[in-house]
Amino acid sequence: MNLTSSSSSSPSPSPTSTRFTRALGVAALVGIGWLVLFGLFLSPNDRVQKTGVRILYIHVPSAWLAYLAFGVTGLSSAAYLWKRTRNLQWDRVAGASAEVGVLFMGITLVSGSLWGRISWGQFWTWDARLTTTAFLFVTYIGYLAVRDLGGTHQQRAKRSAVMALLAVLEVPLVHFSVKWWRPLHQNETVEKGKLNGLMLFSLFIGLISFTLLYVWLVIHRQRVLALNDQVDDRGLDLALAARREES
Amino acid sequence: MNAWGIARLVAAKDLRVEWRSRVLINQVLPFATLVMVMFAFALDNDQTLTRVAPGLVWLATMFSLLVVVQRSFAVETADGALDALQVAGVRPAGIFLGKSLALLAQLAVLELVLMGAAVVLYRTELHAGGVVLLVTTYVAATTGLAFVGTLYGGLAAGAKGRETLLPLLMLPVVAPVLIGATRATEAALGTEGATPSDGWPWIGLLILFAALFGVGGTMAFGSLIDE
Repeated sequence: MNLTSSSSSSPSPSPTSTRFTRALGVAALVGIGWLVLFGLFLSPNDRVQKTGVRILYIHVPSAWLAYLAFGVTGLSSAAYLWKRTRNLQWDRVAGASAEVGVLFMGITLVSGSLWGRISWGQFWTWDARLTTTAFLFVTYIGYLAVRDLGGTHQQRAKRSAVMALLAVLEVPLVHFSVKWWRPLHQNETVEKGKLNGLMLFSLFIGLISFTLLYVWLVIHRQRVLALNDQVDDRGLDLALAARREES
Repeated sequence: MNAWGIARLVAAKDLRVEWRSRVLINQVLPFATLVMVMFAFALDNDQTLTRVAPGLVWLATMFSLLVVVQRSFAVETADGALDALQVAGVRPAGIFLGKSLALLAQLAVLELVLMGAAVVLYRTELHAGGVVLLVTTYVAATTGLAFVGTLYGGLAAGAKGRETLLPLLMLPVVAPVLIGATRATEAALGTEGATPSDGWPWIGLLILFAALFGVGGTMAFGSLIDE
């Protein structure tokens, strides 16, 4: 559907960037540049893990972000379902956050299994944290699929908000059942004491710059989703008008 | 009419439809048994089969659950029966409980057959000491599965033609039941020297699961099937 030509009289769609988001984007980019510099060049090798430790500068921030993103999805979904704060804006924030969350959870799983191969000798162990993470990934892929089911914006919002809250119910159950299933939890994560100052600093830069990136992505993504909704609404209006002209 | 009255009517209706069409008996049960036979082909070792029998029984139950749930809601979406129920002002909580109850009954039959298949095909042996645990596991796990099945089945039914979504949404959710029910069944059967007392803690998990999704489903079902 070519909307621009047929709706040239209506106001042009608002851009998805503002001065604030541009500044945010630049800050995130600079942060990632720093992360590359510190993570790959300036920070030292680990005594045990050698250069493999550098994966953690990506892995830990993306895991933190994925959890943050899913938390935001859950809270926005609750805000949508609560009648006094019901607004489609919450639904779009929830959707945008879940998309970014799935992306970062994917990065977490891939980087984590690469790191595991280097330091544990295997890509995967069946411990509670890993398994819960994998389930979160699949659950939110399902959530995104539910968002695409169609219907009105309100139907989509309600349905996906319920799904997000059910996921909040599901995740602790999966976590505890897996934890019980394999009680010998492999606690081989890096202890804080083993990281020297420069390593901690690199990790810190990673956390900050990934968080900035997350905020930037979510703001843009939810604006795109809002524009999508507008296109849907306007497309319907245009089609109605066209039918009316025909008769 | 209160939700419980509606639930009984819906459940009776579902079971009557099932009794007359015999989809469970003629299609789902043969499918489930076939899955059990295929497991034996894949694993190709008698000792291994006996060792993993409890897990295979529950895995086969979950695959069959997908089929049963789809059937359960195909009945509702054909001819817009679900919409008609809603237009008639029937409470969604009643529909949810009724469909869960009917699903529970069908799953119970299915699991009996699967357990029988495990005894025959996988040389599983039942012990008198584990019977109470086994029955409790079946009741608790099946109740949880019925609630989850109805909840997600309703969602997939609302989205017409998207049945492929059901396994993706439902299997991660029922994973705790697979773990809990398998461990409890192993304890009841004495697999690898496990004793019934090892199994009871898992019953707690299964009951918690059933309670959470029972309450959650009763509250959320209305918004999921809302069209």
